[in-house]
Amino acid sequence: MADIKITDSTFGKTVLNSDKPVLVDFWAVWCGPCQMQGPIVEEVAKEMDGKAVVGKVNVDESPGLAGKYGVMSIPTLIIFKGGQPVKQFVGVQSKESLISALTVVI
Amino acid sequence: MYDVIIIGSGPAGYTAAIYTARAYLKTLLIAGPQFGGQLTKTTTIDNFPGFSKGIMGPTLMEEMKQQAVRFGTEVVMDEIKTITKTSPFTVTGSKGYQGKTIIIATGAQAKTLGIASEEQFRGKGISYCATCDGFFFKGKTIAVFGGGDTAMEEATFLTKFASKIIIVHRREEFRASKIMIEKAKNDPKISFLLSKTVKEFYGNTVLRGVKFEDGTDLPLDGAFIAIGHTPATAFLKDTLTLDEKGYVKVTNTVTSVPGIFAAGDCVDSRYRQAVVAAGMGCMAAMDAEKWLEGKK
Repeated sequence: MADIKITDSTFGKTVLNSDKPVLVDFWAVWCGPCQMQGPIVEEVAKEMDGKAVVGKVNVDESPGLAGKYGVMSIPTLIIFKGGQPVKQFVGVQSKESLISALTVVI
Repeated sequence: MYDVIIIGSGPAGYTAAIYTARAYLKTLLIAGPQFGGQLTKTTTIDNFPGFSKGIMGPTLMEEMKQQAVRFGTEVVMDEIKTITKTSPFTVTGSKGYQGKTIIIATGAQAKTLGIASEEQFRGKGISYCATCDGFFFKGKTIAVFGGGDTAMEEATFLTKFASKIIIVHRREEFRASKIMIEKAKNDPKISFLLSKTVKEFYGNTVLRGVKFEDGTDLPLDGAFIAIGHTPATAFLKDTLTLDEKGYVKVTNTVTSVPGIFAAGDCVDSRYRQAVVAAGMGCMAAMDAEKWLEGKK
């Protein structure tokens, strides 16, 4: 499966130590716009399979990660490269804009 | 070439799509930056007929989308920048789409104060969606800017998370209904700050507070902007006749350009209800269908 649930305990391995760029979607079940973003992120995961890693952080379950990266509004999407955040989006993003942002850093 | 291109993914857009796709018209629906429209920012909707126990806004919108897709509507996400003036139309966002008719259902979006520091702290303490972002302000001090029902409702909702909420309004009186004002006034977490105009927001990486025109200052962890809505029609000003507030001028759903129809909150400054928008979406679909038949 290309789409990964990321938690506090898997963040280091999946995101910080990844040799590919990682797109992380910060979301929650009670956030309406996040429900719209979810299926789009899943499509991005499918299309970018092998080229980039795509994961989702549930802010209810991992408030520490949200706090660490200054997430104060969801959906927030952050692209990490080499363990560092290189691009951040706030609000629902289209598949095209996410893929083109990932393509730039591959 | 599509028979109908619908721009907008709220109740007006999806209802129009259900009608045109079900009438075997080749239909494309283009969803903008706020996929699903304003209802995706709400919680329970109690006044949409057919749901006796209420329904969650995002759920209702997903159902409408599935219903439109079931009849063959194609849905894409793009932000449209221009539309040509004669049928067949080309609408252009990140790429171009061709359609014989267009239904504008772009709705309305939350108004911004329009100052540079507001954009700087967007998502870093400044929010336009209490249901989305209230969670991040547990035990914090926040302000809600505005004087209408939305401001009162958001402030009341935010008492679930924040320890202190200040409703900041630029006038002495409120536009909000009495019942909403009373509810806010009776809440021990909510206080009021009146006749204050925002000069600028300040902070470092996150919001720390706001400075007012009168020289006073209010330290804050978060700011929710609830100063009303404005029709999402700026991209149409060279194509269609708009009124002085930016709403698309229509007769029924017919705009100033033959073959372009409009429905929902982008034409309606008066009712602004999901069920009204859905009704107008149906009207626009039937008007577009009739217009296409007249062309044959």
